[in-house]
Amino acid sequence: MPISLTINGKPTTVDVPPEMPLLWVLRDVLNLKGTKYGCGISQCGACTVHLAGAPVRSCGIPISAASGMSITTIEGLSATGSHPVQKAWEQLDVAQCGYCQAGQIMTAVSLLRNKKNPTDADIDAAMQNICRCGTYNRIRDAIRLAARSAPAGATPARAPGDDLTGEE
Amino acid sequence: MADSLQTDRRSFLQVLAVVGGGVMFGIHARDAEAGELEPGAAPFAPNAFIRITSDNRITLIAKNPEEGQGVKQSLPMIICEELDADWSQITVEQALSDESKYGRQFAGGSLSTPMNYDNHRRLGAAARAMLVAAAAKTWNVPVGELTTVRAQVSHNASGRRATYGQLAATAATMPAPDLATVALKDPRTFRLLGKRVPGVDNRKIVTGKPLFGIDVVVPGMLHAVFEKSPVFGATVVSANLATIRRQPGVKHAFIVDGVGTALDGLMPGVAIVADTWYNAKTAREKLQVKWAEHPTAKQSTEWFAQTAKELSAKPADRVVRKDGDVDAAFAAATKVVEAEYFYPFISHATLEPQNCTAHFKDGKLEIWAPTQMPQPGRELVSRTMGIAPQDITIHLTRIGGGFGRRLKNDYMVEAAWIAREAGAPVKLLWTREDDMRHGHYRPAGFHFLKGAVDASGKIVAWKNRVVVEPYMRLGEFPGRYIANYLLETSTLAHGVPTGALRAPGSNGIAFAIQSFIDELAHAADKDPLQFRLDLLTPAMPPVQGDAFNAERMRGVLELVREKSGWGTRTPAKGHGLGVAFHFSHQGYFAEVVEASVGARGEVKVHRVWVAGDVGSQITNLSGAENQCQGSCIDGVSAALGQEITITDGRAVQGNFDSYPLLRMARAFPVEVHFKITDNPPTGMGEPALPPVIPALCNAIFAATGKRIRSLPIGDQLGYQNS
Ligand code: FES
Ligand code: FES
Repeated sequence: MPISLTINGKPTTVDVPPEMPLLWVLRDVLNLKGTKYGCGISQCGACTVHLAGAPVRSCGIPISAASGMSITTIEGLSATGSHPVQKAWEQLDVAQCGYCQAGQIMTAVSLLRNKKNPTDADIDAAMQNICRCGTYNRIRDAIRLAARSAPAGATPARAPGDDLTGEE
Repeated sequence: MADSLQTDRRSFLQVLAVVGGGVMFGIHARDAEAGELEPGAAPFAPNAFIRITSDNRITLIAKNPEEGQGVKQSLPMIICEELDADWSQITVEQALSDESKYGRQFAGGSLSTPMNYDNHRRLGAAARAMLVAAAAKTWNVPVGELTTVRAQVSHNASGRRATYGQLAATAATMPAPDLATVALKDPRTFRLLGKRVPGVDNRKIVTGKPLFGIDVVVPGMLHAVFEKSPVFGATVVSANLATIRRQPGVKHAFIVDGVGTALDGLMPGVAIVADTWYNAKTAREKLQVKWAEHPTAKQSTEWFAQTAKELSAKPADRVVRKDGDVDAAFAAATKVVEAEYFYPFISHATLEPQNCTAHFKDGKLEIWAPTQMPQPGRELVSRTMGIAPQDITIHLTRIGGGFGRRLKNDYMVEAAWIAREAGAPVKLLWTREDDMRHGHYRPAGFHFLKGAVDASGKIVAWKNRVVVEPYMRLGEFPGRYIANYLLETSTLAHGVPTGALRAPGSNGIAFAIQSFIDELAHAADKDPLQFRLDLLTPAMPPVQGDAFNAERMRGVLELVREKSGWGTRTPAKGHGLGVAFHFSHQGYFAEVVEASVGARGEVKVHRVWVAGDVGSQITNLSGAENQCQGSCIDGVSAALGQEITITDGRAVQGNFDSYPLLRMARAFPVEVHFKITDNPPTGMGEPALPPVIPALCNAIFAATGKRIRSLPIGDQLGYQNS
């Protein structure tokens, strides 16, 4: 069944079973490999994307539920790593294996969009993603660095020169 | 090129303040896939690890698999240091699996640094010497008047300069120096090693580029799932393959009989191959398999405990070490303490589930694998499928977490077999449940301990009966440090697949031994940290099979005492401090945990101090600190809530809802301090993990008086800790 949606600002139509999870449409139909599979039961957060501007676990969203909606994946944040959250992650050398980090970044971007200067409690509450390698301290530091380095007056989630995103 | 060099030089000087102290150098190297840069274009390739083109592009090869331990970064940094290039000028390329070219290639035992540090220095130094010789010849000046920096040779007297690229063609004609005698830098002049340098794949990671095994795409590729018996190793009697073949997208469904009887061969099961992984997995929901009876079905967690207890009362299978007379010493001692310690099976739970992509064509196999052990994987595939090793190409992908799970290559041989049967390139991906229920688990272990102290508070006797797989080592501490000592083992034969998990052996042994030492310290009414220092005095000389150097351990204990304020600072009300140390993978680590237990029994870790001695040189300080912090989070995560239980010969837990991993809200700061000593540099992936678990349990005791003798902590304090 053809389903239309907007992925990273691009109108896209896919012809897949309606129950197919968004995660697998992104990864195996649209070849956007940045969004990761870790558990398939909305536990780990490796598959986090933005759906209509909110962070969701794409392994638990049937593609039919995303029909007509706007989705941003890690690839849509910025292809060059220019987003302040990506930059903070790179500068603080957050990753170990790196497998969870796309999901962590997408969750952090949402957090910073809602709270420009999140407290530790805000970070604890928002950042529910698993990092098997245990990089939580650097994730926390990178969120703080991104919050500080966002240009004055701008939404922290968006830096000048960012590639477009499809949402909002 | 000139422009980018300008930028690179500026960026070398850019120092970024890092939150939480320290500085990170804002220098980045790029990475490349093998073959992305055509190797033929490099006029100067003095060895398999270095290529320099005439436009001064320098490619360094990262030989070992990258699983998050940072070797794709740290090993090329060692070459770069001696080559005297700027890290920003470097492109790092992941090697193919080819041990004839690169020597042994694996990620395990924290061995990448000790096995390659010296050699990689020499490779870089030899290349530099040839470039300098090329300049000396070109300018007709003595070698001794030339200096190098940032991939450029300078003759200060005449003001002449040439980039390595400009000298590359001439350098290729110079005689290669003997690696054994080539001049190395004085480490005090190092420009790169020991600094915090961000990982080479960071840009790709933060932009979601395909890097991992699971991301591999081969034209015409199909997707597979593989169902194995929930009882480990049972064979297939029958399966409803006709039904499965009718499911949407399914191309093939077949039974794999399995090869080899050990849990290490190709396991039996049913393969489903479809156009998408989603279709393969959906078809699998309809799969009905009749499995053969299997003796392991009689085994369970309760059976393990009961059998271990019975074995502990029988004579041991093996006496690992015996000194003095423990029985006489116990009879004469002032205080005797007895305790039973237990640690469970745990899963590696790598966040990237096991997967592999394979393509069999014209008698040859091409494999893309997130494996820590490519060469044994090649041998396993070769032996199982009757394909000559030289006809198997293995690409090393980035690995989404290893922790020892990918020392095994079960997913590799499965993918290769299924791809050959399917006659197409196939990516096999395990579900999380496959991954957790078909692990090679950290073996469970039981320690039956008895210790005694004399009137002065000194340990006079120690007996440890270990019921477990037979991996206790002769040199295991506190052997040789207690006059009357008995270490003996009973082997519990069972059918659960086990393997090495980060700091194998040590990750359980340290819990039992360092907790029990704490019990004896309290029995002797001594400060637990000073008690350990006393136990380590006098240091015994290292002997064959026992490299443990107590002086180095005392060094890190003293460092962690100072940094944590042990004995000089009163912890907040309700907080307890616990200390432990452990020697593994040639690394000396002492750690202090500050923890409290809330009114409901919830454990909170407030801070961990790590003091480590891994020799004379840290390669990448950022990676080293990250490993220590991750090790502490990993250890506490396992201690709080992780356990694979066995019922009817099968693993019960299947996903993160029943096998909890620590998350942000329970994370804690980890302060890392290195003691630099005049010893060869050793690896960082594992040795920081073992002490954190007993240090946590000892802190819980200090805070509450409750001794944790069984892992996980779980609900032992009245609250479900996980
Ligand atoms: S894969 Fe979706 S939450 Fe884990
Ligand atoms: S960096 Fe490995 S799982 Fe987070």
